[in-house]
Amino acid sequence: MGRKLLLEKAHVEGIRTYDVYRREGGYASVEKALKNMSPDQVTEEVKKSGLRGRGGAGFPTGMKWSFLAKPEGVPRYLVCNADESEPGTFKDRYLMEFIPHLLIEGLIVASYALGSSRTYIYIRGEYAWIPDILEQAIAEANANGWLGKNILGTGFDCQIYVQRGAGAYICGEETALIESLEGKRGNPRIKPPFPAVKGLWDCPTVVNNVETLAAVVPIINLGGEEYVKIGVGKSTGTKLISACGNINKPGVYEIDMTISVEEFIYSDEYCGGVPNGKKLKACIPGGSSVPILPANLLFKTAKGDTRMMNYESLSDGGFATGTMMGSGGFIVLDEDQCVVRHTLTLARFYRHESCGQCSPCREGTGWMEKILKNIEYGKGKMSDIDLLWDIQRKIEGNTICPLGDAAAWPVAAAIRHFRDEFEWHVLNPVESQQRNFGLAHYADPRPVPATA
Amino acid sequence: MAEEKKLFKVTIDNITIDVEPGTSILNAARMIGGDVAPPAMCYYSKLKGSGGKCRTCLVEVAAGSTADPRPMPKLVASCRTNVMDGMVVKNITSERVIDARAGVVEFLLLNHPLDCPICDQAGECHLQDLGYDHGKEGTRYEFGRRTFHKHDLGPYIQLHMTRCILCYRCVFTADQLTNKRVHGVLDRGDHAEIATYIEKSLDNDFIGNVIDVCPVGALTDKTFRFKNRVWFLKPVDAHRDCPKCSGKVTLWNRGDEVYRVTARKDQWGEVEDWICNECRFDKKLTSDWVIEGPTKVSRQSVISQGHYVGVKRPKETLGEVLEGRKPRLLMDIHDVSEVNKPNIELSKIAGPAHSDDFSKK
Ligand SMILES: Cc1cc2nc3c(=O)[nH]c(=O)nc-3n(C[C@H](O)[C@H](O)[C@H](O)COP(=O)(O)O)c2cc1C
Ligand code: SF4
Ligand code: SF4
Ligand code: FES
Repeated sequence: MGRKLLLEKAHVEGIRTYDVYRREGGYASVEKALKNMSPDQVTEEVKKSGLRGRGGAGFPTGMKWSFLAKPEGVPRYLVCNADESEPGTFKDRYLMEFIPHLLIEGLIVASYALGSSRTYIYIRGEYAWIPDILEQAIAEANANGWLGKNILGTGFDCQIYVQRGAGAYICGEETALIESLEGKRGNPRIKPPFPAVKGLWDCPTVVNNVETLAAVVPIINLGGEEYVKIGVGKSTGTKLISACGNINKPGVYEIDMTISVEEFIYSDEYCGGVPNGKKLKACIPGGSSVPILPANLLFKTAKGDTRMMNYESLSDGGFATGTMMGSGGFIVLDEDQCVVRHTLTLARFYRHESCGQCSPCREGTGWMEKILKNIEYGKGKMSDIDLLWDIQRKIEGNTICPLGDAAAWPVAAAIRHFRDEFEWHVLNPVESQQRNFGLAHYADPRPVPATA
Repeated sequence: MAEEKKLFKVTIDNITIDVEPGTSILNAARMIGGDVAPPAMCYYSKLKGSGGKCRTCLVEVAAGSTADPRPMPKLVASCRTNVMDGMVVKNITSERVIDARAGVVEFLLLNHPLDCPICDQAGECHLQDLGYDHGKEGTRYEFGRRTFHKHDLGPYIQLHMTRCILCYRCVFTADQLTNKRVHGVLDRGDHAEIATYIEKSLDNDFIGNVIDVCPVGALTDKTFRFKNRVWFLKPVDAHRDCPKCSGKVTLWNRGDEVYRVTARKDQWGEVEDWICNECRFDKKLTSDWVIEGPTKVSRQSVISQGHYVGVKRPKETLGEVLEGRKPRLLMDIHDVSEVNKPNIELSKIAGPAHSDDFSKK
């Protein structure tokens, strides 16, 4: 059984309350950091830990912190991104609901490292019941001297505020989040300047994901060097995976990144296999934006190696034959699922969530949805498939924020790996309305190129 | 000793110039002029925060700077990217840019109603120019185009949301020029729209400027609506003593009749001085104004067709871009064809050329 650092205590009776959390060793990292370490030492420890952002992009957190501009007399802000709206991703929700003090603890340590005296949690509006849980935890932390003025007599002041979003996926993009937090329309900003220089109220700002900030707690408790030992290569520590789709045991799992994808899906400890004896057809391992993989590329890389649940292995082969760890939203599709329909669902999502600022994303997402709808409902043409490819190509890389890319990639990957399923829809307009394409050859072993 | 200001050397499409630090690639390219300047549908130098949205001005940065000559992996919005010393930029010399730009033009026209025949902006529309210069002949879009619930913006300004390209210029104008903004973007994505909140009309002394900044026919002058085609009018510069604004305008006349008043625009189509609503909407008599003379009109503009006084030839950069090589004329029609009778000089024919002038007899 893999090591757990975040959810180990999540099911201790009453862990949501301060007393139990503290009894189980909570807030030790705040004591350690504030009493024995300088802010820079905390950042250094996070750097050593190799922690990578858990929000999707996987950017090294310590490095991000060290980029924060520190001009004299200008406040700096830490903002916790709890907007979690990527389809398939629900790990932050779990963490905040079950063990809210872990996030608050991580936030205090991170705020200390970054010099943020006003720290914000921006939480998606649909998580309507969680702000109460968080605010309760914040109130308890205040009452016990972990927040407020002169914390532990160190002279460090810190307060945490919870702000609810109004129901927009785009407000998870860090600069849109900042705009929204400032009370404006949640449009992503044009970068540069980056938040590290000009973020919230034009002050230097770090935006980090909930899980990233929670992971700071075990990093400080164990020390960066110990943390590195859990995991492999540049995938250090543990990662929360929210698994859903056609599996026996959907839920949130903490993995230590040394297990294989196959084991994760089929072992009883995790997903428990595909229900009803069905076969696995495809999987999106990191949230809706990352490329979908057919079964035969999921368990083995193009080179024939076993694919592992970590950053490097999942992206092995680039976009041609690999995918991404993303936010850890693990979506499994069995043989009864239709990839065209599934791609249409995602295209609809991105069309609906585009902020509409830049032309390629605003117009291209709607166009892709319409074409996919035609193909799915038996009204497509062969040329539509190439047209889709060309549209996604013209969106990708040409937009203000990565939502454009996130809309393009699922379409590109679906066509790349499942082109025959699209063609089947076009060639069999009647039959495609009555049955699914099925598993076809998507689980057949791929020939492994001979290595010299 | 006065400190000498260090200038940055930047090369755009093989033409090198020195510009001040802090200059955007777009503005550097505009200093060179001609075809080297990327099209810009949303950037507006007079509006803070504008640009970055339409993506027509994307360029390729082939070398970031002398210090760090690595190319930038993605195309960048030239209006929002500043030059570095030793930067090498490719605009019309980059296949990637031309391809991406054709894509952007297609996206911008995707839901556009193409109602130019009944649009007051026709003839001075930047989207028409853009489509002509950078677009493809046809569209690959086979679906119905977007429609919107109509909003009434009051007695002066006509909104046609279907024509809007969401450049946000009018929003910045309303925000930065008027003291109370009731105009903005509602909703998001492809259903985002420019409107006032809960049907408020726009009543502010300077709000009329949104008409001038709008690159398309989404915001037009209601007092000029369907009155005339811009290319049938003669633009003349005029001024008056105005207590509210500079009073420097362009009158759009036919004979002695003033059809329309706009702010004066520079060669990039940007307003030189903002004007107030009174000058724009209420002063429509020649006697209200001191006439200065014909407005200088770019030779490329269709407005120049009825009006050859003050026409300015656009700068020709092709020779430099091709580094001295001559553009290759694939075929000079006059060399191979006698059909059009090269001996007939069109400028000497009275009135427009007619088939009679070329009759085979
Ligand atoms: C459209 C879009 C939506 C995003 N949504 C989220 C989100 O819900 N939660 C999140 O943590 N990061 C989200 N991100 C990533 C953030 O922009 C940012 O990279 C992240 O919060 C950084 O935190 P990390 O370094 O800890 O991963 C989103 C990005 C984009 C482009
Ligand atoms: S890519 Fe899409 S979501 Fe991002 S800024 Fe552009 S229109 Fe908005
Ligand atoms: S109405 Fe005109 S100025 Fe305003 S956003 Fe639309 S196109 Fe731009
Ligand atoms: S002019 Fe640069 S993006 Fe619109």
